[in-house]
Amino acid sequence: MPEDITLNPFSEAIDEARRQVEICNACRYCEGFCSVFPAINRQRAFADGDITQLANLCHNCRGCYYACQYVPPHEFALNLPAALNDVRQQSWERLARPQAIGRLFHERGVALAAALVAGFAVLFALMAVLQPESGEGFYAYLSHGVMVVVFTPAFLFPLFAIGVSLRAYWREIGGAPVRFGHLVNAVRSAGRMRNLDGGQGQGCNFEDGDRFSNRRRVYHQMVLYGFLLAFASTSSGTIMHYGFAMEAPYGFFSLPKMLGVPGGILMCIGTAGLAYMKMSADKHLGSARVWGGEMAFIALLFFVSLSGLMLYMATGTAAVPTLLALHLGAVLAFFLLMPYSKMVHGFFRFAALVREAQQRDGMP
Amino acid sequence: MRTKGHTSVSNDGWDLIVVGGGNAALCAAIVAAESGRKVLILESAPKVYRGGNSRHTRNFRCMHQGPLSVLTDAYEEDEYFDDLMRVTKGVTDEKLARLTIRESEKCLPWMEAHGVRFQPSLSGTLSLSRTNAFFLGGGKALVNAYYNTAEELGVAVVYDAEVRHVHLERDRFTYVDVNIRGQEHRIFGKSAVLASGGFQADLDWLTRAWGPSAANFLIRGTPYNRGIVLRDMLDQQAESVGDPTQCHAVAIDGRAPKFDGGIVTRLDCVPFSIVVNRDGERFYDEGEDVWPKRYAIWGRLVAAQPEQVGYSIIDSKSLDLFMPSVFPPVKADTLEELGEALGISGNELQKTIAEYNAACRPGTFHPTELDGLATEGLEPPKTNWARPIDTPPYYGYTLRPGVTFTYLGLKVDETARVHTISGPLANVWAAGEIMAGSILGQGYLAGFGMTIGTVFGRIAGKEAANHA
Ligand SMILES: Cc1cc2nc3c(=O)[nH]c(=O)nc-3n(C[C@H](O)[C@H](O)[C@H](O)COP(=O)(O)OP(=O)(O)OC[C@H]3O[C@@H](n4cnc5c(N)ncnc54)[C@H](O)[C@@H]3O)c2cc1C
Ligand code: SF4
Ligand code: SF4
Repeated sequence: MPEDITLNPFSEAIDEARRQVEICNACRYCEGFCSVFPAINRQRAFADGDITQLANLCHNCRGCYYACQYVPPHEFALNLPAALNDVRQQSWERLARPQAIGRLFHERGVALAAALVAGFAVLFALMAVLQPESGEGFYAYLSHGVMVVVFTPAFLFPLFAIGVSLRAYWREIGGAPVRFGHLVNAVRSAGRMRNLDGGQGQGCNFEDGDRFSNRRRVYHQMVLYGFLLAFASTSSGTIMHYGFAMEAPYGFFSLPKMLGVPGGILMCIGTAGLAYMKMSADKHLGSARVWGGEMAFIALLFFVSLSGLMLYMATGTAAVPTLLALHLGAVLAFFLLMPYSKMVHGFFRFAALVREAQQRDGMP
Repeated sequence: MRTKGHTSVSNDGWDLIVVGGGNAALCAAIVAAESGRKVLILESAPKVYRGGNSRHTRNFRCMHQGPLSVLTDAYEEDEYFDDLMRVTKGVTDEKLARLTIRESEKCLPWMEAHGVRFQPSLSGTLSLSRTNAFFLGGGKALVNAYYNTAEELGVAVVYDAEVRHVHLERDRFTYVDVNIRGQEHRIFGKSAVLASGGFQADLDWLTRAWGPSAANFLIRGTPYNRGIVLRDMLDQQAESVGDPTQCHAVAIDGRAPKFDGGIVTRLDCVPFSIVVNRDGERFYDEGEDVWPKRYAIWGRLVAAQPEQVGYSIIDSKSLDLFMPSVFPPVKADTLEELGEALGISGNELQKTIAEYNAACRPGTFHPTELDGLATEGLEPPKTNWARPIDTPPYYGYTLRPGVTFTYLGLKVDETARVHTISGPLANVWAAGEIMAGSILGQGYLAGFGMTIGTVFGRIAGKEAANHA
């Protein structure tokens, strides 16, 4: 059973979403757009945890706003994409550990920028103080040992924090033990961004009012797959380093570069596209409160990928140390902010898709 | 577009002026624009409320000889026509009706080609998956798709534009007088398609036609269909069809807004309930037939009760048997409390239910079919699903008549041309609800309103394009 969390300060948004969801349940016109409506239609009463789950299942494609005959100024005042976005956003903040940090970075682009600058500073300081005596490539500026000491915890701590959040999420929505099939199902939905395809592949309503397009879906997947490629590049580097004693720098036809360069390019294009489209989309169909934070997050991802590419292109020039510090500083900020920024949406979304697969199977 | 002042708009060179901005209007505008005509749509609603009653719809009824898009199996002309005859009790024009039915098959692919998307029959409406094609996202999504298509074809649209007068000189239309955001304009055109719906939103007209009780009716759709153009045409000797005193009304949640409550205000609880009036008395067999068939008579039944109100009462056994309601039911632990909470005498309610419970007989209850579980010795009887109401908590819904549309309309022929008593007009056509009375003289067939609008909208658009 999903938990009741009526006594929390976030319940106002949940109540508003519940009000709207109950109207949709009497209407059902939007059933074919996404997974949210079939999930609504399976139920009659909605506990707080149910609403949180629906909110994380919603991909904000906005189809159900433009198709709704009850949008304001109608007294039913339906704006389901925004209502679910508010609940979703608040669930990430409420379930973030520690909670106080969550809200700060989600809401304030400035805080995010400050974190980035701090990341730069740390890297410049490290490079100044701990300059290695020898080493090749990047390791000439920052030894492999120092990188490992800094980045291993900077990567593992956020993952741990996200794990704790997801556990709390799972408890709140009343999730059941996960089976392999549910994971496969969720990977499939996320891999194609099925819930952003409008139900029939026409895409979503975002940058051009009620007209459908797949642009947002394409840009989003460029970022997603770009990120996975970049991640695979780093992992392959680590494996080559430890498993095969093959140390960086790697040439263009090495695995880390073959994965990393296209990954970086995809991320650059994808984030630029998303940011550009976000400018022409209607703020009020999302969580307007965090617009700035989201924009800053996209910019951060863009910067991470761009600086990575520039670093690669600058190989052998005098720009390397500066670019290295900028890139690694941004990566550091990005990692540390994962649990407290828009990045966390991917993890929650995935959990919601797993839960949806369970419920479609008729699991309690 | 120049519409400032009466003189400057006179030579805008519109080939076609379409009055209204719902399904029928858009179909006509699109067809005419595709033939290269210069088309102007005048829609009285502001942009957010564009699309009239069409934006409240969910499906259209479509003939098909085999599986077609989301439609299963086959639904052929004769069966369709029989269904129509049953609901209208023969009050239809067979030639127009058969034309509409046959053309409906061509509509579906045309609609898809012009941006409409269909989805499988909605949960809870499986019985319609063979006959009715559902719009993905409902009627507003359809309307949006058509506006986008029309825009791409160069159709001009003016919102907040209420047409007050369609000017005829003998058998020819010459201009419309229209109020655009509070300013009077006169716009000339070579032809006109009238697609401005019925008059159900004009409560004065409705009360004159139906009687004073109509003031308590709720209007399920747009407040903009006030029949201004219909009245104007009738005043200019246009021939009419359909019973001028009648409207199609269903029983909806009494707490619904006065206008535009749409689909969500329907209540499906009646067959599992007993329904009492203000005085706590039953007045009709709640279990006469399965709900889709009886849905439409309850509007009239409730309209005939004092203060045009009814109360549907169930107990906790039945709460999950029907589609969820948009407003939560009134809930109480005793029938007396429930009556008081609903604003009727708790005593009377308790008495009525005690009598009803005593008349219930043992038997097997089947919520989805006529189960023959009937009362004995009760007047009026409940002939199916009669289970005692005895398991608290008890729930109650207020019922009021909700008007879907009016029957009075303009008489047209099979080219959608409007006629006056002195003969056909040379350049005026009508489509949609404003002429639906020709085919739907009485009753209603789910999904037929959109079929009439699409079929005649397309015909009107084509005829107008040929004329220009
Ligand atoms: C809640 C509800 C649900 C329904 N569901 C279905 C369904 O599922 N399937 C179905 O087939 N039918 C359904 N119907 C019936 C259906 O809505 C109508 O048959 C159909 O929409 C009629 O289309 P139309 O274009 O003629 O009128 P409308 O769509 O009502 O359009 C009339 C247009 O004219 C405009 N207008 C009015 N007066 C003026 C004026 N003086 N000047 C300028 N513009 C004016 C209005 O603003 C409006 O845009 C439903 C009706 C309701 C109320
Ligand atoms: S968003 Fe509007 S149209 Fe869609 S299901 Fe909900 S109430 Fe109906
Ligand atoms: S915004 Fe899109 S994904 Fe979210 S509920 Fe509406 S239709 Fe579904």
